[in-house]
Amino acid sequence: MLKLPIYLDNSATTPCDPRVLEAMLPYFTERFGNAASRSHPFGWIGEEAVDYAREQVAKLINADPKEIIFTSGATESNNLALKGVYEMYASKGNHIITITTEHKAILDTCKHIEKLGGQVTYIRVNDEGEIDLAELESAITDKTILISVMYANNEIGVIHPIKEIAAICKRHNVLLHTDATQAAGKVPVDVIAEDIHLLSFTAHKMYGPKGVGALYVRRKNPRVKVTAQMDGGGHERSMRSGTMNVPGIVGFGVACELSMKEMHQDAERLSKLRNKLESSLLKLEESYVNGNPAHRLPHISNISFKYVEGEGLMMAFNKDIAVSSGSACTSASLEPSYVLKALGLGDDLAHSSIRFSLGRFTTEEQIDFTIQRLTEAVLKLRELSPLWEMFKEGIDVNKIEWAAH
Amino acid sequence: MAYSEKVLEHYEHPKNVGTLDKNKNTVGTGLVGAPECGDVMRLQIEVDPETQTIIDAKFKTFGCGSAIASSSLATEWLKGRTLDDASTLDNMDIVEELALPPVKIHCSVLAEDAVKAAINDYRVKNGLEPILLKESLVH
Ligand SMILES: Cc1ncc(COP(=O)(O)O)c(C=O)c1O
Repeated sequence: MLKLPIYLDNSATTPCDPRVLEAMLPYFTERFGNAASRSHPFGWIGEEAVDYAREQVAKLINADPKEIIFTSGATESNNLALKGVYEMYASKGNHIITITTEHKAILDTCKHIEKLGGQVTYIRVNDEGEIDLAELESAITDKTILISVMYANNEIGVIHPIKEIAAICKRHNVLLHTDATQAAGKVPVDVIAEDIHLLSFTAHKMYGPKGVGALYVRRKNPRVKVTAQMDGGGHERSMRSGTMNVPGIVGFGVACELSMKEMHQDAERLSKLRNKLESSLLKLEESYVNGNPAHRLPHISNISFKYVEGEGLMMAFNKDIAVSSGSACTSASLEPSYVLKALGLGDDLAHSSIRFSLGRFTTEEQIDFTIQRLTEAVLKLRELSPLWEMFKEGIDVNKIEWAAH
Repeated sequence: MAYSEKVLEHYEHPKNVGTLDKNKNTVGTGLVGAPECGDVMRLQIEVDPETQTIIDAKFKTFGCGSAIASSSLATEWLKGRTLDDASTLDNMDIVEELALPPVKIHCSVLAEDAVKAAINDYRVKNGLEPILLKESLVH
């Protein structure tokens, strides 16, 4: 029997894998020690657990364990990377380059840096969510200290060519940070092969617990340093103070190890299911995939169903199927997704978008159910839509002079 | 966000979905909102010229559940009313009836605008002065 509701919002967060939870539990109770307590076995056990997890986490991205700084999640990692580099390399320059479709944890951190006197260039994306590398390179000045480009986008799943960007960074002697929150554990990420200097990721997007993440900071060729943004007891080689979240870190470690083992088979299975979902839904007239379909994470699909509004559409099934929408109505701001707008999507298409993100526990039965319910909902909402009726009568909705709102 | 029972009821069983012949003199059409804003409502009334009473009302709405429910409720409310009575519709009545949260008040404003635009379309078509519209609250 199909169990409802179905969860297809794995880009927002994933459930904790039971194997992860099981590994964490003892660290709440009998192994509760503070990993920084050097004077007794409670502390030693905690430290040992953190060291072991650090190896598991490092391995996922082919880093050295010493290059991993544990944080509270990708938001903190991004803040530490950007603000930390900005402060540490102030004598070298004050210019940072990033892209318009980054997560708010990058964009708002950049705004903060601008307030401090930094210069930030935001590279635009094309209609498929991709950046022009020549434009990126030409934005570099002698004041540029850092380029930060996300590994894969959280709304449309588009993967950026990090290796090529790294080559540009190398030519100009600029550091490279990537927010790999959505990519780590889903597709191979290799900080050595891809020449990455700083990398953010988080446990709760890869079947680990919420509230724990890491920043990779390269130690060799070149040796990268960041100024701490959290002062205190000098944990994590003084780059991030605060008592270690031992159970969380243990869970993160196991999550990384499982992802590494199962990445290939998960990706293959999920891309098949995603493609089935997508090709079935694209049979609906006037439905469009957002983001370059060839350079995408295997488990994400973002589709605009023209002439229906995303929230109105979701209401038809959101008791049974959990997805997210770029529609304004789902956010507090009443603005549709800035990521979709950055792709040049008209507000109407942005309002009509639904993001499906599959995960390790998604089944084919769930996908079949979703195809059926989504199709019914789109057809129902189009019957209700004056825009659909106009489209069917051959009226170009874009040519109508809508009253200024 | 959780929806009120009444919004859900109108969303699941919308009343008076459809299209009246906008070329008929007895039909008034209001088309308000904009696709960019995520809401477009088209509300139509058919008027008995003898009695100046609304004998039918239909809508189609592109928008969230609250926008659909607001327009569905408005069409129900309109039927059987005189034009004068109908032009007194206040968006806050819709807000109350549907228990709309503050972020959805604009849906009720749009429904009120749609009703008034439909009435004015009918009036202008039939050589009457358009009624004055009050300034909208939100947009
Ligand atoms: C691309 C990206 N970066 C950063 C974050 C923030 O991660 P966290 O919730 O671990 O702070 C997210 C998740 O919402 C994300 O998708």
